[in-house]
Amino acid sequence: MMPATAKNRAIASKSGALFNRPRLKLLLLLGLPAVWFLVIYIYPLLHLLSQSFYTFDDFTMTVVREFSLDNIRNLFSPANADIIIRTAAMALAVSVFSAIIAFPVAYYMTRHASGKMQAFLYISVILPMWTSYIVKAYSWTLILSQEGVAYWIIDALGLTGVLNAFLDIPSIGGNTLSTSNLGRFLVFTYIWLPFMILPIQAALQRLSESLLDASSDLGARPFQTFRHVILPLCIPGVIAGSIFTFSLTLGDYIIPQLVGPPGLFIGNMVYVQQGSIGNMPMAAAFTLVPILIIAVYLYFAKRAGAFDAL
Amino acid sequence: MHSDKSSWLIKGLALAGICFLYFPILIILIYAFNTEESAFSFPPKGFTVEWFFKAAERDDIFQAIGFSLQIAAISTLIALLLGSLAALALYRNNFPGKNVFTLILILPIALPGIVTGLSLLSTFKSAGITPGMATITIGHATFCVVIVYNNVVARLRRISFNIVEASYDLGATALQTFWHVILPNLGASLFAGGLLAFALSFDELIVTIFTAGHEPTLPLWLLNQLSRPRDVPITNVVALLVMLLTMLPVLLSYWLTKDR
Repeated sequence: MMPATAKNRAIASKSGALFNRPRLKLLLLLGLPAVWFLVIYIYPLLHLLSQSFYTFDDFTMTVVREFSLDNIRNLFSPANADIIIRTAAMALAVSVFSAIIAFPVAYYMTRHASGKMQAFLYISVILPMWTSYIVKAYSWTLILSQEGVAYWIIDALGLTGVLNAFLDIPSIGGNTLSTSNLGRFLVFTYIWLPFMILPIQAALQRLSESLLDASSDLGARPFQTFRHVILPLCIPGVIAGSIFTFSLTLGDYIIPQLVGPPGLFIGNMVYVQQGSIGNMPMAAAFTLVPILIIAVYLYFAKRAGAFDAL
Repeated sequence: MHSDKSSWLIKGLALAGICFLYFPILIILIYAFNTEESAFSFPPKGFTVEWFFKAAERDDIFQAIGFSLQIAAISTLIALLLGSLAALALYRNNFPGKNVFTLILILPIALPGIVTGLSLLSTFKSAGITPGMATITIGHATFCVVIVYNNVVARLRRISFNIVEASYDLGATALQTFWHVILPNLGASLFAGGLLAFALSFDELIVTIFTAGHEPTLPLWLLNQLSRPRDVPITNVVALLVMLLTMLPVLLSYWLTKDR
Protein backbone atom coordinates (compact mmCIF):
# COMPACT_ATOMS: atom_id res chain seq x y z
CA MET A 1 0.00 0.00 0.00
CA MET A 2 1.26 3.38 -0.89
CA PRO A 3 1.76 5.75 2.04
CA ALA A 4 -0.66 8.68 1.99
CA THR A 5 1.97 11.32 1.37
CA ALA A 6 3.40 9.46 -1.57
CA LYS A 7 -0.09 9.04 -2.96
CA ASN A 8 -0.75 12.72 -2.57
CA ARG A 9 2.53 13.47 -4.25
CA ALA A 10 1.62 11.23 -7.14
CA ILE A 11 -1.70 13.03 -7.59
CA ALA A 12 0.00 16.36 -7.22
CA SER A 13 2.48 15.53 -9.93
CA LYS A 14 -0.35 14.41 -12.19
CA SER A 15 -2.28 17.61 -11.64
CA GLY A 16 0.99 19.45 -11.75
CA ALA A 17 1.17 18.14 -15.26
CA LEU A 18 -2.19 19.78 -15.87
CA PHE A 19 -0.98 22.93 -14.22
CA ASN A 20 2.18 22.84 -16.27
CA ARG A 21 0.37 22.18 -19.47
CA PRO A 22 -1.49 25.45 -19.94
CA ARG A 23 -2.55 24.44 -23.44
CA LEU A 24 -4.40 21.38 -22.22
CA LYS A 25 -6.03 23.38 -19.44
CA LEU A 26 -7.04 26.07 -21.91
CA LEU A 27 -8.50 23.50 -24.25
CA LEU A 28 -10.53 21.89 -21.46
CA LEU A 29 -11.92 25.24 -20.34
CA LEU A 30 -12.41 26.81 -23.72
CA GLY A 31 -13.62 23.77 -25.65
CA LEU A 32 -17.27 23.72 -24.65
CA PRO A 33 -18.05 27.44 -24.93
CA ALA A 34 -16.10 27.64 -28.20
CA VAL A 35 -17.99 24.74 -29.76
CA TRP A 36 -21.33 26.12 -28.54
CA PHE A 37 -20.68 29.55 -30.01
CA LEU A 38 -19.38 28.13 -33.27
CA VAL A 39 -22.40 25.87 -33.75
CA ILE A 40 -25.16 28.02 -32.25
CA TYR A 41 -23.98 31.48 -33.16
CA ILE A 42 -21.22 31.81 -35.75
CA TYR A 43 -22.45 29.11 -38.12
CA PRO A 44 -26.06 30.43 -38.10
CA LEU A 45 -24.78 33.98 -38.57
CA LEU A 46 -22.72 32.98 -41.63
CA HIS A 47 -25.60 30.86 -42.86
CA LEU A 48 -27.86 33.90 -42.66
CA LEU A 49 -25.35 36.15 -44.39
CA SER A 50 -24.90 33.65 -47.21
CA GLN A 51 -28.69 33.56 -47.68
CA SER A 52 -28.68 37.23 -48.57
CA PHE A 53 -26.82 36.37 -51.77
CA TYR A 54 -29.51 33.93 -52.90
CA THR A 55 -32.68 35.09 -54.58
CA PHE A 56 -36.34 34.42 -54.14
CA ASP A 57 -38.49 33.42 -57.04
CA ASP A 58 -41.79 35.32 -56.68
CA PHE A 59 -43.44 32.98 -59.12
CA THR A 60 -42.64 29.61 -57.58
CA MET A 61 -42.27 31.09 -54.08
CA THR A 62 -39.01 29.26 -53.52
CA VAL A 63 -35.43 30.25 -52.76
CA VAL A 64 -33.06 30.02 -55.71
CA ARG A 65 -29.62 28.96 -54.50
CA GLU A 66 -27.54 30.91 -56.96
CA PHE A 67 -25.16 33.70 -56.10
CA SER A 68 -26.61 37.06 -56.94
CA LEU A 69 -26.35 40.64 -55.76
CA ASP A 70 -30.00 41.37 -56.58
CA ASN A 71 -31.05 41.63 -52.94
CA ILE A 72 -28.25 44.01 -52.11
CA ARG A 73 -29.20 46.15 -55.10
CA ASN A 74 -32.79 45.89 -54.00
CA LEU A 75 -31.94 47.46 -50.65
CA PHE A 76 -31.26 50.72 -52.50
CA SER A 77 -34.62 50.83 -54.24
CA PRO A 78 -36.54 53.96 -53.17
CA ALA A 79 -39.05 52.07 -51.02
CA ASN A 80 -36.39 50.06 -49.18
CA ALA A 81 -34.01 53.00 -48.84
CA ASP A 82 -36.91 54.85 -47.21
CA ILE A 83 -37.22 52.13 -44.60
CA ILE A 84 -33.50 52.19 -43.88
CA ILE A 85 -33.35 55.98 -43.60
CA ARG A 86 -36.48 56.09 -41.42
CA THR A 87 -34.98 53.54 -39.01
CA ALA A 88 -31.51 55.08 -38.93
CA ALA A 89 -32.92 58.59 -38.41
CA MET A 90 -34.97 57.34 -35.46
CA ALA A 91 -31.95 55.53 -34.01
CA LEU A 92 -29.89 58.71 -34.30
CA ALA A 93 -32.57 60.95 -32.78
CA VAL A 94 -33.12 58.51 -29.91
CA SER A 95 -29.37 58.28 -29.21
CA VAL A 96 -28.88 62.06 -29.16
CA PHE A 97 -31.93 62.76 -27.01
CA SER A 98 -31.27 59.99 -24.53
CA ALA A 99 -27.69 61.27 -24.11
CA ILE A 100 -29.11 64.70 -23.27
CA ILE A 101 -31.50 63.28 -20.66
CA ALA A 102 -28.95 60.79 -19.35
CA PHE A 103 -26.16 63.26 -18.70
CA PRO A 104 -27.65 65.15 -15.71
CA VAL A 105 -28.76 61.86 -14.14
CA ALA A 106 -25.29 60.32 -14.51
CA TYR A 107 -23.62 63.53 -13.42
CA TYR A 108 -25.73 63.85 -10.31
CA MET A 109 -25.18 60.17 -9.47
CA THR A 110 -21.40 60.45 -9.56
CA ARG A 111 -20.55 63.99 -8.53
CA HIS A 112 -23.26 65.15 -6.15
CA ALA A 113 -24.83 62.18 -4.43
CA SER A 114 -23.30 60.72 -1.26
CA GLY A 115 -22.55 57.00 -0.82
CA LYS A 116 -26.00 55.76 0.20
CA MET A 117 -27.79 58.05 -2.24
CA GLN A 118 -25.44 56.92 -4.99
CA ALA A 119 -26.35 53.27 -4.40
CA PHE A 120 -30.02 54.17 -4.31
CA LEU A 121 -29.80 56.06 -7.60
CA TYR A 122 -27.87 53.20 -9.19
CA ILE A 123 -30.64 50.75 -8.30
CA SER A 124 -33.19 53.31 -9.51
CA VAL A 125 -31.57 53.14 -12.93
CA ILE A 126 -30.92 49.40 -13.22
CA LEU A 127 -34.41 48.38 -12.08
CA PRO A 128 -36.33 49.99 -14.96
CA MET A 129 -33.57 48.85 -17.32
CA TRP A 130 -34.16 45.20 -16.45
CA THR A 131 -37.93 45.47 -16.08
CA SER A 132 -39.86 43.64 -18.76
CA TYR A 133 -39.49 45.26 -22.18
CA ILE A 134 -42.96 44.30 -23.37
CA VAL A 135 -44.57 45.59 -20.17
CA LYS A 136 -42.84 48.96 -20.57
CA ALA A 137 -43.90 49.17 -24.22
CA TYR A 138 -47.44 48.20 -23.23
CA SER A 139 -47.50 50.83 -20.52
CA TRP A 140 -46.71 53.47 -23.12
CA THR A 141 -49.64 52.41 -25.27
CA LEU A 142 -51.81 53.06 -22.19
CA ILE A 143 -50.12 56.41 -21.51
CA LEU A 144 -50.35 57.72 -25.07
CA SER A 145 -53.89 56.52 -25.84
CA GLN A 146 -56.44 59.24 -26.44
CA GLU A 147 -58.08 59.01 -23.04
CA GLY A 148 -54.78 58.24 -21.36
CA VAL A 149 -52.49 59.99 -18.91
CA ALA A 150 -50.48 61.96 -21.44
CA TYR A 151 -53.52 63.75 -22.84
CA TRP A 152 -54.88 64.22 -19.33
CA ILE A 153 -51.70 65.90 -18.11
CA ILE A 154 -51.35 68.04 -21.23
CA ASP A 155 -54.97 69.10 -20.88
CA ALA A 156 -54.57 69.85 -17.17
CA LEU A 157 -51.56 72.04 -17.93
CA GLY A 158 -53.47 73.80 -20.69
CA LEU A 159 -50.93 72.74 -23.29
CA THR A 160 -53.32 71.16 -25.79
CA GLY A 161 -52.56 73.94 -28.27
CA VAL A 162 -48.82 73.30 -28.01
CA LEU A 163 -49.31 69.56 -28.51
CA ASN A 164 -51.46 70.12 -31.59
CA ALA A 165 -48.85 72.47 -33.02
CA PHE A 166 -46.27 69.71 -32.53
CA LEU A 167 -48.51 67.06 -34.05
CA ASP A 168 -49.02 69.29 -37.09
CA ILE A 169 -45.31 69.26 -37.93
CA PRO A 170 -44.88 66.90 -40.87
CA SER A 171 -42.71 63.79 -40.25
CA ILE A 172 -42.74 64.38 -36.49
CA GLY A 173 -46.46 64.64 -35.85
CA GLY A 174 -49.50 62.62 -36.74
CA ASN A 175 -53.20 62.47 -35.91
CA THR A 176 -52.70 61.51 -32.27
CA LEU A 177 -49.76 61.00 -29.94
CA SER A 178 -49.92 57.24 -30.28
CA THR A 179 -49.86 57.34 -34.07
CA SER A 180 -47.14 59.99 -34.34
CA ASN A 181 -43.41 59.68 -34.74
CA LEU A 182 -43.16 61.88 -31.66
CA GLY A 183 -44.90 59.17 -29.62
CA ARG A 184 -42.71 56.42 -31.05
CA PHE A 185 -39.61 58.49 -30.35
CA LEU A 186 -40.69 58.98 -26.73
CA VAL A 187 -41.17 55.25 -26.22
CA PHE A 188 -37.80 54.35 -27.77
CA THR A 189 -36.02 57.02 -25.73
CA TYR A 190 -37.67 55.82 -22.55
CA ILE A 191 -36.89 52.17 -23.08
CA TRP A 192 -33.20 52.59 -23.96
CA LEU A 193 -32.43 55.50 -21.60
CA PRO A 194 -30.82 53.39 -18.81
CA PHE A 195 -28.42 51.91 -21.38
CA MET A 196 -27.15 55.45 -21.91
CA ILE A 197 -27.05 56.52 -18.26
CA LEU A 198 -24.82 53.69 -17.03
CA PRO A 199 -21.87 54.09 -19.45
CA ILE A 200 -21.86 57.88 -18.93
CA GLN A 201 -21.91 57.30 -15.19
CA ALA A 202 -18.98 54.87 -15.55
CA ALA A 203 -17.02 57.46 -17.57
CA LEU A 204 -17.69 60.19 -15.01
CA GLN A 205 -16.71 57.88 -12.19
CA ARG A 206 -13.23 57.51 -13.64
CA LEU A 207 -12.80 61.25 -13.86
CA SER A 208 -10.27 62.06 -11.19
CA GLU A 209 -10.95 64.85 -8.72
CA SER A 210 -7.42 66.20 -9.20
CA LEU A 211 -8.19 67.07 -12.83
CA LEU A 212 -11.07 69.25 -11.70
CA ASP A 213 -8.94 70.83 -8.98
CA ALA A 214 -6.21 71.50 -11.52
CA SER A 215 -8.72 73.15 -13.80
CA SER A 216 -10.03 75.46 -11.09
CA ASP A 217 -6.51 76.14 -9.77
CA LEU A 218 -5.59 77.31 -13.22
CA GLY A 219 -8.40 79.80 -12.97
CA ALA A 220 -11.22 78.12 -14.87
CA ARG A 221 -14.70 79.07 -13.76
CA PRO A 222 -17.02 76.11 -12.93
CA PHE A 223 -18.71 76.37 -16.30
CA GLN A 224 -15.36 76.39 -18.11
CA THR A 225 -14.26 73.29 -16.19
CA PHE A 226 -17.52 71.65 -17.13
CA ARG A 227 -17.27 72.64 -20.76
CA HIS A 228 -13.57 71.91 -21.32
CA VAL A 229 -12.78 69.09 -18.86
CA ILE A 230 -15.87 67.16 -17.79
CA LEU A 231 -17.79 67.14 -21.06
CA PRO A 232 -14.93 65.94 -23.31
CA LEU A 233 -13.98 63.23 -20.85
CA CYS A 234 -17.49 61.74 -20.78
CA ILE A 235 -17.66 61.44 -24.58
CA PRO A 236 -16.42 57.80 -24.55
CA GLY A 237 -19.30 57.03 -22.19
CA VAL A 238 -21.78 58.67 -24.54
CA ILE A 239 -20.39 56.68 -27.47
CA ALA A 240 -20.54 53.42 -25.49
CA GLY A 241 -24.14 54.16 -24.53
CA SER A 242 -25.07 55.06 -28.07
CA ILE A 243 -23.87 51.66 -29.27
CA PHE A 244 -26.75 50.22 -27.27
CA THR A 245 -29.36 52.86 -28.09
CA PHE A 246 -28.44 52.71 -31.77
CA SER A 247 -28.25 48.95 -32.09
CA LEU A 248 -31.39 48.33 -30.07
CA THR A 249 -33.44 50.87 -32.04
CA LEU A 250 -32.14 49.59 -35.39
CA GLY A 251 -33.27 46.06 -34.66
CA ASP A 252 -36.55 46.67 -32.89
CA TYR A 253 -39.80 45.63 -34.52
CA ILE A 254 -42.22 45.55 -31.60
CA ILE A 255 -42.39 49.25 -30.69
CA PRO A 256 -42.95 50.34 -34.33
CA GLN A 257 -45.92 47.97 -34.39
CA LEU A 258 -47.40 49.32 -31.19
CA VAL A 259 -46.80 53.06 -31.44
CA GLY A 260 -46.39 55.47 -34.32
CA PRO A 261 -47.47 56.00 -37.89
CA PRO A 262 -47.62 53.29 -40.54
CA GLY A 263 -44.38 52.78 -42.45
CA LEU A 264 -42.08 49.88 -41.71
CA PHE A 265 -38.82 49.77 -39.78
CA ILE A 266 -35.91 47.51 -40.77
CA GLY A 267 -36.98 45.01 -38.11
CA ASN A 268 -40.58 44.91 -39.35
CA MET A 269 -39.36 44.44 -42.92
CA VAL A 270 -37.19 41.50 -41.83
CA TYR A 271 -40.10 40.01 -39.96
CA VAL A 272 -42.57 40.44 -42.81
CA GLN A 273 -40.18 39.18 -45.49
CA GLN A 274 -39.27 35.97 -43.72
CA GLY A 275 -42.72 35.36 -42.25
CA SER A 276 -45.74 35.98 -44.42
CA ILE A 277 -43.80 36.23 -47.69
CA GLY A 278 -41.21 33.55 -46.98
CA ASN A 279 -38.46 35.50 -48.71
CA MET A 280 -35.59 34.57 -46.41
CA PRO A 281 -32.91 35.97 -48.78
CA MET A 282 -34.42 39.46 -48.74
CA ALA A 283 -34.92 39.30 -44.97
CA ALA A 284 -31.26 38.28 -44.64
CA ALA A 285 -30.19 41.16 -46.89
CA PHE A 286 -32.06 43.58 -44.62
CA THR A 287 -30.19 42.31 -41.55
CA LEU A 288 -26.96 43.29 -43.31
CA VAL A 289 -27.88 46.93 -42.78
CA PRO A 290 -27.81 46.96 -38.96
CA ILE A 291 -24.81 44.61 -38.95
CA LEU A 292 -22.83 46.93 -41.21
CA ILE A 293 -23.88 50.08 -39.37
CA ILE A 294 -22.97 48.54 -36.00
CA ALA A 295 -19.65 47.23 -37.36
CA VAL A 296 -18.61 50.66 -38.63
CA TYR A 297 -19.85 52.22 -35.40
CA LEU A 298 -17.92 49.75 -33.24
CA TYR A 299 -14.78 50.42 -35.25
CA PHE A 300 -14.95 54.16 -34.64
CA ALA A 301 -16.12 53.69 -31.07
CA LYS A 302 -13.09 51.57 -30.37
CA ARG A 303 -10.82 54.23 -31.79
CA ALA A 304 -12.51 56.80 -29.54
CA GLY A 305 -11.79 54.61 -26.52
CA ALA A 306 -15.45 53.90 -25.81
CA PHE A 307 -14.85 50.30 -24.76
CA ASP A 308 -13.08 51.35 -21.60
CA ALA A 309 -16.42 52.81 -20.54
CA LEU A 310 -18.40 49.60 -20.93
CA MET B 1 -16.53 74.21 -7.08
CA HIS B 2 -20.27 73.90 -7.73
CA SER B 3 -22.23 77.07 -7.75
CA ASP B 4 -25.57 76.67 -5.99
CA LYS B 5 -27.66 77.51 -8.99
CA SER B 6 -26.09 74.98 -11.34
CA SER B 7 -26.12 72.22 -8.74
CA TRP B 8 -29.85 72.76 -8.17
CA LEU B 9 -30.37 72.64 -11.92
CA ILE B 10 -28.47 69.35 -12.18
CA LYS B 11 -30.35 67.93 -9.22
CA GLY B 12 -33.69 68.94 -10.68
CA LEU B 13 -32.92 67.48 -14.10
CA ALA B 14 -31.57 64.27 -12.56
CA LEU B 15 -34.66 63.76 -10.43
CA ALA B 16 -36.86 64.53 -13.43
CA GLY B 17 -34.96 61.85 -15.34
CA ILE B 18 -35.49 59.29 -12.57
CA CYS B 19 -39.20 60.18 -12.38
CA PHE B 20 -39.44 59.66 -16.15
CA LEU B 21 -37.97 56.15 -15.67
CA TYR B 22 -40.62 55.25 -13.09
CA PHE B 23 -43.64 56.92 -14.62
CA PRO B 24 -44.72 54.00 -16.91
CA ILE B 25 -44.09 51.57 -14.06
CA LEU B 26 -46.40 53.58 -11.83
CA ILE B 27 -49.04 53.58 -14.57
CA ILE B 28 -48.96 49.77 -14.78
CA LEU B 29 -49.37 49.62 -11.01
CA ILE B 30 -52.40 51.93 -11.11
CA TYR B 31 -54.14 50.26 -14.05
CA ALA B 32 -53.88 46.76 -12.57
CA PHE B 33 -56.43 47.89 -9.97
CA ASN B 34 -58.64 49.77 -12.43
CA THR B 35 -62.40 48.99 -12.31
CA GLU B 36 -63.05 49.74 -15.96
CA GLU B 37 -63.29 46.79 -18.30
CA SER B 38 -62.16 48.03 -21.66
CA ALA B 39 -61.09 51.67 -21.52
CA PHE B 40 -57.74 53.18 -20.58
CA SER B 41 -59.21 56.48 -19.44
CA PHE B 42 -57.30 58.46 -16.89
CA PRO B 43 -57.81 59.10 -14.03
CA PRO B 44 -59.33 55.68 -13.22
CA LYS B 45 -62.96 55.72 -12.10
CA GLY B 46 -62.37 53.28 -9.23
CA PHE B 47 -60.11 50.62 -7.79
CA THR B 48 -60.60 46.88 -7.38
CA VAL B 49 -58.62 43.67 -6.88
CA GLU B 50 -61.22 41.70 -8.83
CA TRP B 51 -58.95 41.22 -11.88
CA PHE B 52 -56.32 39.43 -9.83
CA PHE B 53 -58.85 36.71 -9.02
CA LYS B 54 -60.06 36.60 -12.62
CA ALA B 55 -56.47 36.22 -13.82
CA ALA B 56 -55.88 33.43 -11.32
CA GLU B 57 -58.61 31.39 -13.06
CA ARG B 58 -56.92 31.57 -16.42
CA ASP B 59 -54.99 28.41 -17.28
CA ASP B 60 -53.29 29.99 -20.29
CA ILE B 61 -51.52 32.47 -18.00
CA PHE B 62 -50.13 29.76 -15.74
CA GLN B 63 -49.10 27.74 -18.75
CA ALA B 64 -47.20 30.71 -20.17
CA ILE B 65 -45.54 31.35 -16.79
CA GLY B 66 -44.56 27.68 -16.69
CA PHE B 67 -42.98 27.82 -20.15
CA SER B 68 -41.05 30.97 -19.32
CA LEU B 69 -39.80 29.64 -15.99
CA GLN B 70 -38.61 26.38 -17.55
CA ILE B 71 -36.86 28.11 -20.44
CA ALA B 72 -35.25 30.66 -18.13
CA ALA B 73 -34.08 27.99 -15.69
CA ILE B 74 -32.47 25.75 -18.30
CA SER B 75 -30.90 28.54 -20.31
CA THR B 76 -29.52 30.03 -17.09
CA LEU B 77 -27.89 26.71 -16.20
CA ILE B 78 -26.31 26.44 -19.65
CA ALA B 79 -25.17 30.07 -19.46
CA LEU B 80 -23.67 29.49 -16.00
CA LEU B 81 -21.64 26.57 -17.29
CA LEU B 82 -20.48 28.18 -20.53
CA GLY B 83 -20.00 31.65 -19.06
CA SER B 84 -17.87 30.53 -16.13
CA LEU B 85 -15.81 28.18 -18.34
CA ALA B 86 -15.16 31.05 -20.75
CA ALA B 87 -14.26 33.41 -17.90
CA LEU B 88 -11.83 30.92 -16.35
CA ALA B 89 -10.30 30.21 -19.76
CA LEU B 90 -9.66 33.86 -20.46
CA TYR B 91 -8.52 34.73 -16.96
CA ARG B 92 -4.73 35.26 -16.83
CA ASN B 93 -4.39 33.48 -20.14
CA ASN B 94 -3.15 34.94 -23.34
CA PHE B 95 -3.64 33.09 -26.54
CA PRO B 96 -4.03 34.05 -30.18
CA GLY B 97 -7.64 34.84 -30.93
CA LYS B 98 -8.47 35.90 -27.40
CA ASN B 99 -9.92 39.22 -28.55
CA VAL B 100 -11.95 37.53 -31.26
CA PHE B 101 -13.34 35.12 -28.70
CA THR B 102 -14.44 37.90 -26.33
CA LEU B 103 -15.99 39.74 -29.27
CA ILE B 104 -17.97 36.62 -30.21
CA LEU B 105 -19.26 36.34 -26.63
CA ILE B 106 -20.53 39.93 -26.76
CA LEU B 107 -21.95 39.81 -30.30
CA PRO B 108 -25.31 38.22 -29.41
CA ILE B 109 -26.19 41.27 -27.31
CA ALA B 110 -24.28 43.86 -29.35
CA LEU B 111 -26.02 42.98 -32.60
CA PRO B 112 -29.77 43.60 -32.81
CA GLY B 113 -31.98 40.73 -31.65
CA ILE B 114 -33.44 40.26 -35.12
CA VAL B 115 -30.00 39.22 -36.39
CA THR B 116 -29.61 36.49 -33.76
CA GLY B 117 -33.25 35.49 -34.13
CA LEU B 118 -33.22 35.27 -37.91
CA SER B 119 -29.85 33.45 -38.01
CA LEU B 120 -31.17 30.79 -35.69
CA LEU B 121 -34.48 30.55 -37.54
CA SER B 122 -32.86 30.14 -40.95
CA THR B 123 -30.46 27.51 -39.59
CA PHE B 124 -33.17 25.57 -37.77
CA LYS B 125 -35.30 25.68 -40.91
CA SER B 126 -32.60 24.37 -43.21
CA ALA B 127 -31.61 21.70 -40.66
CA GLY B 128 -35.23 20.60 -40.40
CA ILE B 129 -35.45 21.30 -36.66
CA THR B 130 -38.97 22.03 -35.43
CA PRO B 131 -39.10 25.17 -33.34
CA GLY B 132 -40.18 24.70 -29.75
CA MET B 133 -39.02 24.96 -26.18
CA ALA B 134 -35.58 23.58 -27.05
CA THR B 135 -34.90 26.10 -29.81
CA ILE B 136 -36.04 29.00 -27.60
CA THR B 137 -33.80 27.76 -24.79
CA ILE B 138 -30.77 27.44 -27.07
CA GLY B 139 -31.22 31.00 -28.28
CA HIS B 140 -31.66 32.37 -24.77
CA ALA B 141 -28.66 30.51 -23.39
CA THR B 142 -26.48 31.99 -26.13
CA PHE B 143 -27.11 35.63 -25.26
CA CYS B 144 -27.13 34.93 -21.50
CA VAL B 145 -23.54 33.60 -21.53
CA VAL B 146 -22.03 37.08 -21.66
CA ILE B 147 -23.99 38.16 -18.56
CA VAL B 148 -22.51 35.34 -16.49
CA TYR B 149 -19.12 35.82 -18.11
CA ASN B 150 -19.03 39.52 -17.16
CA ASN B 151 -19.94 38.80 -13.55
CA VAL B 152 -17.37 36.05 -13.15
CA VAL B 153 -14.58 37.99 -14.88
CA ALA B 154 -15.23 41.00 -12.65
CA ARG B 155 -14.93 38.77 -9.60
CA LEU B 156 -11.85 36.87 -10.85
CA ARG B 157 -10.02 40.16 -11.35
CA ARG B 158 -10.44 40.84 -7.64
CA ILE B 159 -9.27 37.46 -6.39
CA SER B 160 -5.63 37.77 -5.54
CA PHE B 161 -3.65 35.24 -7.54
CA ASN B 162 -1.47 34.72 -4.45
CA ILE B 163 -4.09 32.50 -2.86
CA VAL B 164 -4.13 30.30 -5.94
CA GLU B 165 -0.35 30.02 -5.89
CA ALA B 166 -0.42 29.38 -2.15
CA SER B 167 -2.86 26.55 -2.74
CA TYR B 168 -0.52 24.95 -5.28
CA ASP B 169 2.49 25.50 -3.03
CA LEU B 170 0.70 23.65 -0.24
CA GLY B 171 0.34 20.69 -2.58
CA ALA B 172 -3.26 21.06 -3.74
CA THR B 173 -4.10 19.71 -7.16
CA ALA B 174 -5.56 21.91 -9.87
CA LEU B 175 -9.02 20.47 -9.23
CA GLN B 176 -8.65 20.82 -5.46
CA THR B 177 -7.57 24.42 -5.93
CA PHE B 178 -10.53 25.07 -8.15
CA TRP B 179 -12.98 23.37 -5.80
CA HIS B 180 -11.68 24.74 -2.48
CA VAL B 181 -10.18 28.09 -3.41
CA ILE B 182 -11.55 29.51 -6.63
CA LEU B 183 -15.16 28.28 -6.58
CA PRO B 184 -16.00 29.52 -3.04
CA ASN B 185 -14.74 32.91 -4.13
CA LEU B 186 -16.93 32.85 -7.22
CA GLY B 187 -20.12 31.71 -5.49
CA ALA B 188 -21.84 35.06 -5.09
CA SER B 189 -20.88 36.31 -8.54
CA LEU B 190 -22.11 33.09 -10.16
CA PHE B 191 -25.40 33.42 -8.34
CA ALA B 192 -25.71 37.10 -9.22
CA GLY B 193 -24.88 36.45 -12.88
CA GLY B 194 -27.33 33.57 -12.93
CA LEU B 195 -30.10 35.78 -11.57
CA LEU B 196 -29.51 38.40 -14.23
CA ALA B 197 -29.40 35.75 -16.95
CA PHE B 198 -32.67 34.38 -15.58
CA ALA B 199 -34.30 37.82 -15.66
CA LEU B 200 -33.04 38.43 -19.19
CA SER B 201 -34.36 35.12 -20.48
CA PHE B 202 -37.67 35.37 -18.63
CA ASP B 203 -38.35 38.67 -20.34
CA GLU B 204 -36.91 38.16 -23.83
CA LEU B 205 -39.19 38.70 -26.79
CA ILE B 206 -37.33 39.67 -29.97
CA VAL B 207 -35.25 36.50 -30.41
CA THR B 208 -38.02 34.36 -28.91
CA ILE B 209 -40.51 35.26 -31.63
CA PHE B 210 -38.17 33.83 -34.26
CA THR B 211 -37.33 30.65 -32.38
CA ALA B 212 -40.73 29.83 -30.85
CA GLY B 213 -43.09 27.13 -32.00
CA HIS B 214 -46.57 27.00 -30.54
CA GLU B 215 -45.59 27.55 -26.93
CA PRO B 216 -46.35 31.09 -25.88
CA THR B 217 -43.82 32.27 -23.31
CA LEU B 218 -45.07 34.95 -20.94
CA PRO B 219 -43.79 37.92 -23.02
CA LEU B 220 -45.28 36.30 -26.15
CA TRP B 221 -48.56 35.83 -24.32
CA LEU B 222 -48.52 39.53 -23.39
CA LEU B 223 -47.74 40.58 -26.95
CA ASN B 224 -50.66 38.51 -28.25
CA GLN B 225 -52.93 40.07 -25.64
CA LEU B 226 -52.30 43.53 -27.02
CA SER B 227 -54.48 42.74 -30.00
CA ARG B 228 -57.30 41.58 -27.71
CA PRO B 229 -58.96 44.67 -26.26
CA ARG B 230 -61.52 42.61 -24.33
CA ASP B 231 -58.88 41.18 -22.06
CA VAL B 232 -57.36 44.52 -21.04
CA PRO B 233 -57.91 44.17 -17.27
CA ILE B 234 -56.34 40.69 -17.21
CA THR B 235 -53.45 41.94 -19.33
CA ASN B 236 -52.86 44.76 -16.87
CA VAL B 237 -52.68 42.37 -13.93
CA VAL B 238 -50.24 40.05 -15.73
CA ALA B 239 -48.13 43.04 -16.78
CA LEU B 240 -47.80 44.05 -13.13
CA LEU B 241 -46.84 40.50 -12.11
CA VAL B 242 -44.25 40.16 -14.89
CA MET B 243 -42.73 43.46 -13.84
CA LEU B 244 -42.43 42.41 -10.22
CA LEU B 245 -41.08 38.99 -11.22
CA THR B 246 -38.26 40.53 -13.25
CA MET B 247 -37.43 43.14 -10.59
CA LEU B 248 -36.90 40.56 -7.87
CA PRO B 249 -33.88 38.71 -9.30
CA VAL B 250 -32.30 42.03 -10.32
CA LEU B 251 -32.57 43.44 -6.80
CA LEU B 252 -31.23 40.22 -5.33
CA SER B 253 -28.34 40.17 -7.77
CA TYR B 254 -27.46 43.77 -6.92
CA TRP B 255 -27.53 42.99 -3.22
CA LEU B 256 -25.20 40.02 -3.72
CA THR B 257 -22.55 41.99 -5.60
CA LYS B 258 -22.89 45.42 -3.98
CA ASP B 259 -19.51 45.26 -2.20
CA ARG B 260 -17.67 45.25 -5.49
